[in-house]
Amino acid sequence: MLRHLDGELKELHKDILKMAVFAQEAIFKSIESLKNRDKHLAQDVIDTDNKIDDLELAIDEKCIDLIARYQPMAGDLRYITTGMKINTELERIADMAADISQKSLGLMEKPLLKPLVDIPKLSQVAQNMVRDAIDAFVKRDAQLARKVVLADSEADRLRNLVQDELVNEYLARDPKTADRAVALILIARYLERICDHTTNIAEDVIYMVEAKVVKHHPEELS
Amino acid sequence: MANILVSNLNLWYGDFQALINVNAHFTQKQITAMIGPSGCGKSTLLRVFNRMNDLIEGVRTTGEVVIDAENIISDKTDLVSLRKKVGMVFQRPNPFPLSIYENIVFGQKVHAEGLTRLKLDEVAENSLKSVLLWDELKDKLNKSALTLSLEQKQRLCIARLIAVKPDILLMDEPCSTLDPQATARIEELMRELKNNYTIIIVTHNMQQAARVSDATGFMLLGELVEFGKTEDIFTRPQDKRTEDYITGRYG
Repeated sequence: MLRHLDGELKELHKDILKMAVFAQEAIFKSIESLKNRDKHLAQDVIDTDNKIDDLELAIDEKCIDLIARYQPMAGDLRYITTGMKINTELERIADMAADISQKSLGLMEKPLLKPLVDIPKLSQVAQNMVRDAIDAFVKRDAQLARKVVLADSEADRLRNLVQDELVNEYLARDPKTADRAVALILIARYLERICDHTTNIAEDVIYMVEAKVVKHHPEELS
Repeated sequence: MANILVSNLNLWYGDFQALINVNAHFTQKQITAMIGPSGCGKSTLLRVFNRMNDLIEGVRTTGEVVIDAENIISDKTDLVSLRKKVGMVFQRPNPFPLSIYENIVFGQKVHAEGLTRLKLDEVAENSLKSVLLWDELKDKLNKSALTLSLEQKQRLCIARLIAVKPDILLMDEPCSTLDPQATARIEELMRELKNNYTIIIVTHNMQQAARVSDATGFMLLGELVEFGKTEDIFTRPQDKRTEDYITGRYG
């Protein structure tokens, strides 16, 4: 039996996917602008953030409205509450992309400190994780979501590599590089945080599909 | 107080099997909600517990329903004492066309003849207090119970049960004729009463089952499909049929 709620959930689904596309674009553009020293693109990421904030509020309102009017249960309830959480995570991811762009704009005022090697790698890990987490949400694929959770350790490893190199090779040796080195460390930190938020999305998807709480319970992952 | 242990329970109305191999454990000091579409057998199951189905011609029951170490579907069961132990509240409150006072002490007069007026007064007061009606009605005890509001009548019917000191309260859609405020107050009363009774409620109102109960059973076509903690049934049901029913997809 097709329920009126099904139509409403379809609309909600579309909005969450729109939010995901915005967040993915924001990460991609922020890293492209960093690599290509493209001020225009970096500014675009920062300017788009308001639009993403507005969509976050609209999705939240929609979810609260559905809960109030339909009092959803079981799978419907898990879908809507997960949607609300994913919405928040995606907004935070977009914020991180805007923060990366802010730092990029600062970096563009000075010569390149070093060729970017590990940061683009880290960014690729982040983008893959976000893509897979959203795919897992769309396809209700808990296995893919588990893969995303496990991928987070690679992000931590790359962040540490970037940090160690910048501290030991630049900060410790030449204090004049401090502002650029710190900016790059922060960018790596933002990318790693994007991966953390994406891990949260994947954990939420597992809850939505299997009603199993894996957050803070890594033993439930297997 | 008493637990109810149901094992391999089957019930037929003539050729029609209304309960199919039901197994469940109803725990004391808990409210258990029975949900399911009309005709699924939930009210029939409720009526097994005080043998009300016996009033229907052609009823046949097999299996066990154990209350206080006694299989109450045995022919030897004393139905009067069973119905004293297992009280029932119905969809529409059904006070007797007597005074408020006489309604409450009616059971006492049947079950314990020769009680003094003082003792009966005490029973009336305590019973009305336990359903939070005493302050409202203490000066109107001789008025006809039929003059009360629907909610007051339902509370009075619960007080009438409590007066005979049952262990188990069966409630068959006790709030279906009440407005939301009265429903909320009856639900609050149920929460207070559960500390002293085993309560089983049949309801079509999913939100009510979710709000008020500790355990929930979902029945379909005479089978108990799923039985578990209410929080689990309403957030993570194990059986697809339960999920379909509580999310409104069934039918």
